[in-house]
Amino acid sequence: MQGVGFRPFVHSLATRLGLSGHVGNDVHGVFLEVEGTTAAVERFLVSVTEQAPPLAVIERITTDELAACGSGSFEIVASEAAGTRGTLVSADSTTCADCLREMLDPHDRRFGHPFVNCTNCGPRFTIVRDIPYDRPLTTMSAFAMCARCESEYHDPADRRFHAQPVCCPDCGPRLRLHDAAGVVLPGDPLAGAVAALERGEIVAIKGLGGYHLAVDATNQDAAATLRKRKHREDKPFAVVVSGPERAEDLCVVGEDEQALLTSPRRPIVLLRARTGTALAAAVAPGNRRLGVMLPYTPLHHLLLRQLDTPIVLTSGNVADEPIAYTEQQARARLSGIVDVFLSHDRAIHMRTDDSVVRSFRGREMLLRRSRGYVPQPIPLAWDFPRHVLACGAELKNTFCVAKQHHAFVSHHIGDLENHETLASFAEGIEHFRRLFEVDPRLVAHDLHPEYLSTKYAQGLDDVELVGVQHHHAHIAACLVDNAESGPVLGVAFDGLGYGTDDTLWGGEFLLSDLVDFRRLAHLEPVAMPGATTAIRQPWRMAVAHLVSAYGQHLPAELDLLRRNEQQWPAVADLAARGVSAPPTSSAGRLFDAVAALLGVRHAINYEGQAAVELEQGTDLDERGSYPVTVPAGGEPLRVPGSDLVRAVVEDLRAGVAAPVIAARFHNGVADMIAEVCTRLRESTGVSTVALSGGVFQNMLLLERTTARLEAGDFRVLVHARVPTNDGGISLGQVAVAGARDRCDSAVLPR
Amino acid sequence: LAHGAGGKATQTLIEAVFLEHFRNPLLQRLEDGAEFAVGRSRLTVTTDSFVVSPLFFPGGDIGDLAINGTVNDLAVSGARPLYLSAGFIIEEGFPVADLTRIVKSMAAAAQAAGVQVITGDTKVVQRGKADGCYINTTGVGVIDTEHELGIDTVRTGDSVLVSGPLGDHGITVMLARGELDIDADLASDTAPVHGLTADLLHSVPGVRAMRDATRGGVATILNEVATASKVAVVVDEDRLPVRTEVRGASELLGIDPLYVACEGRIVVVVDGEQTEAALAAMRAHPVGSDAAVIGRIGEDPPGLVLLNTAFGGTRIVDLLVGDPLPRIC
Ligand SMILES: [Fe+3]
Ligand SMILES: [Mg+2]
Ligand SMILES: [Zn+2]
Ligand SMILES: [Zn+2]
Repeated sequence: MQGVGFRPFVHSLATRLGLSGHVGNDVHGVFLEVEGTTAAVERFLVSVTEQAPPLAVIERITTDELAACGSGSFEIVASEAAGTRGTLVSADSTTCADCLREMLDPHDRRFGHPFVNCTNCGPRFTIVRDIPYDRPLTTMSAFAMCARCESEYHDPADRRFHAQPVCCPDCGPRLRLHDAAGVVLPGDPLAGAVAALERGEIVAIKGLGGYHLAVDATNQDAAATLRKRKHREDKPFAVVVSGPERAEDLCVVGEDEQALLTSPRRPIVLLRARTGTALAAAVAPGNRRLGVMLPYTPLHHLLLRQLDTPIVLTSGNVADEPIAYTEQQARARLSGIVDVFLSHDRAIHMRTDDSVVRSFRGREMLLRRSRGYVPQPIPLAWDFPRHVLACGAELKNTFCVAKQHHAFVSHHIGDLENHETLASFAEGIEHFRRLFEVDPRLVAHDLHPEYLSTKYAQGLDDVELVGVQHHHAHIAACLVDNAESGPVLGVAFDGLGYGTDDTLWGGEFLLSDLVDFRRLAHLEPVAMPGATTAIRQPWRMAVAHLVSAYGQHLPAELDLLRRNEQQWPAVADLAARGVSAPPTSSAGRLFDAVAALLGVRHAINYEGQAAVELEQGTDLDERGSYPVTVPAGGEPLRVPGSDLVRAVVEDLRAGVAAPVIAARFHNGVADMIAEVCTRLRESTGVSTVALSGGVFQNMLLLERTTARLEAGDFRVLVHARVPTNDGGISLGQVAVAGARDRCDSAVLPR
Repeated sequence: LAHGAGGKATQTLIEAVFLEHFRNPLLQRLEDGAEFAVGRSRLTVTTDSFVVSPLFFPGGDIGDLAINGTVNDLAVSGARPLYLSAGFIIEEGFPVADLTRIVKSMAAAAQAAGVQVITGDTKVVQRGKADGCYINTTGVGVIDTEHELGIDTVRTGDSVLVSGPLGDHGITVMLARGELDIDADLASDTAPVHGLTADLLHSVPGVRAMRDATRGGVATILNEVATASKVAVVVDEDRLPVRTEVRGASELLGIDPLYVACEGRIVVVVDGEQTEAALAAMRAHPVGSDAAVIGRIGEDPPGLVLLNTAFGGTRIVDLLVGDPLPRIC
């Protein structure tokens, strides 16, 4: 990477150890020669990885022994002109401890400077317009360095040596507080914003990757108003707190979670919320978890120092639009929501959302991979023969470009049906092509003919298209995430994905490697009465599952049917006749059905809401389970979800409490997965299972499924670096296209 | 061949097969009718085949569809409909009483539209081969107006109107198939629009393009406009006229009324300055009494149709490739 202070670091390390030699960059990365005593050289080799600057990423070190040449000093040699090729752009990084100290020191010239940064921290990906990573090609080009900043920038001994966004109060960007008309409000901008938040107003704050909407998270009225104005009924908001102790006030924070919270990437970390805290109910209604992050820009630090209360920081958009990232956009689109805007004049080049992570069994698990992580590549163990572009899915879209052994998964793009999102998808692809000098010859896409990402791929000239089945892409992403190549038994459970038989899949057991797959088992297909409407109204899936389990005679005394008395016969009719009711083997729709049967959720306001709330409302102590009869034979095996539905209905009739039923259902699904995998291990000899797809965002299901499989002596792969939801699809597509291009298929038996 | 829902699959088929081999300047415009000169007269000819199940439904039958469909194609081309031909493909064993009923309603529709059926053809095919009865009609009309109509003449700042509620016909026919246990007080919107288009052209010089929104619905027409004129078509969700009954049934079936077929509704693009005049002219005619302005023509992004949703979001209204399956994961 450029501009992370690696060469000065090597220089000072070598000098300290009394070594001579040189360090420089070339097209392959960093090269260096050191000469000295064996002990010193060995010491050097250890320290070079252990003490590397925070933004440096060391993928591998290759060493050769050379004859001593007796040079006396250690030098940084100039980069070759072509030295920018193949170098990488850093992700944005949180304000480092040194910069923070300066900002809080009344005697420092950067005291209170909301844009303080150095070689080890600050904006990167979001301000880079083009390569090489050099100030004129960032959005900092608008600010001429003052003499003092300039001398820091040029001094190899300074911690701001070649820090491209370097600036100070004399020469840097400035804050301003303005209203929706753009009229600047008098007084200190920061104090004005703090006062507005204290009054319970909604403040738009320009962050690293776009505008946030902020309110005092302890103010119920303010949080409820924000929900109403933003058209976001139920989906939880994330909060920012001043430090780890404040996070502890609101949530139970484990050691791993503490590490995630304080990591320089500063993601939103999903934590177990405490009850009875000062947090307003409207922040995360009916949710056991809370998304928490720590301040990651100097501005956040300054704000939270003056206002020590948790603050809602949610993306600056209305409904499903992409996050606003220019002042013009923010004013145009957020004026109906926001009371005042805290802006500044450092432009954002790439809009980037906050990343969302959680800890699973001590390992970081990404749910949304964006700011702080992008554009760091995912390295593969093999090289791509040709450059590849993968266009990803439709919702939670990311794209991915790949060359050599690197897969560059994009920032979170969003739902492509929105026109601005689609535009940012196309612009993002162009940006990545330039930034990483990728000229894709292969373009991978989903099989769904209506995905706008598919249509984008099909509209490109002079490229070879590679269609990748949605669930194969999920499993391939999980394989690459774990640096494996299969074959595995891939369990892909999600909402919907287009199958090779032109129907919608989503409860799949695939024998899969990176090249190809066989569909060995799947959930028995059930109708989706009213197609897309059945997704928005989970009660319809419940009716469809009842029809599938009981045929003509539905258990009429069910609450669900009583509550939808007027409508259910027509919906049952659609399901029974298969009119406007496409069949699907989706596991997500099965979770929807059970959530509706239990009265948890009849219609949803955000994707996956019914399943999320079903998980939240589960009795965690309940160990009972519902059995599923896996059929003896057939390829593919058709696994009857109706067994689970009947068991749920029986317990409902017997008056068993909903949280207990929810737990037994989760356990039943976990048992069913383990049983099907056991059966498939017998016929294939494969004993590694990869779990992927949006349904495995359900931590309870993931935990129990993993435990059941491990108890049955399976090796289990789960996601970590890319999301298990459709945000991971582009990585899977890239891997499949690259693997097919290599033609090194461990050809699966057909 | 994929079953044509009137979307991209059909468009691709037309371009790859028919246009490829028939290519000529008149066909190439892919308008609803082809205009040509004979002596001093400017004439338009159009043809359409009618396939509907069931043959009889509330508000009409295949007979008046066959007349109105062709009359309307002539009308939106700016022509005054004159003469029609009618070709019948009839299944062996088809009740003569039903055929009579169909032909009677054709005669009534022709009279209402002021046209005459002056030539025809009948073929009887084997049982089970023609869903009862198929009808093809070809129509000739004369152009009396000076308007230069065309979906490739639309510009930024123009307005987009529809002549009435969306989706009545398509939803009525779906329900009439009797597969669904839904009662709705609905009838097909089948009607001749030649009077409406004549009045409109007479009083509004700024009419740029007219299309009847049949298969594929208003969404498909809007996409054709966006593509042909390289403009953005921006439609407001809350201005789309949709009857409560249609909305209810569409919701139940998970269908977007924007994509549902009409048989007596036209989409009109006019100079933005003449929006009110056009709306008034349309509303003054019985067939356009519920006309509405639904959107406008913008510059960016060219070739796309955008829908401003009730939430303030902007959704892309795309041409469908075939029978749509949900895209949500
Ligand atoms: Fe998926
Ligand atoms: Mg026609
Ligand atoms: Zn720093
Ligand atoms: Zn300065």
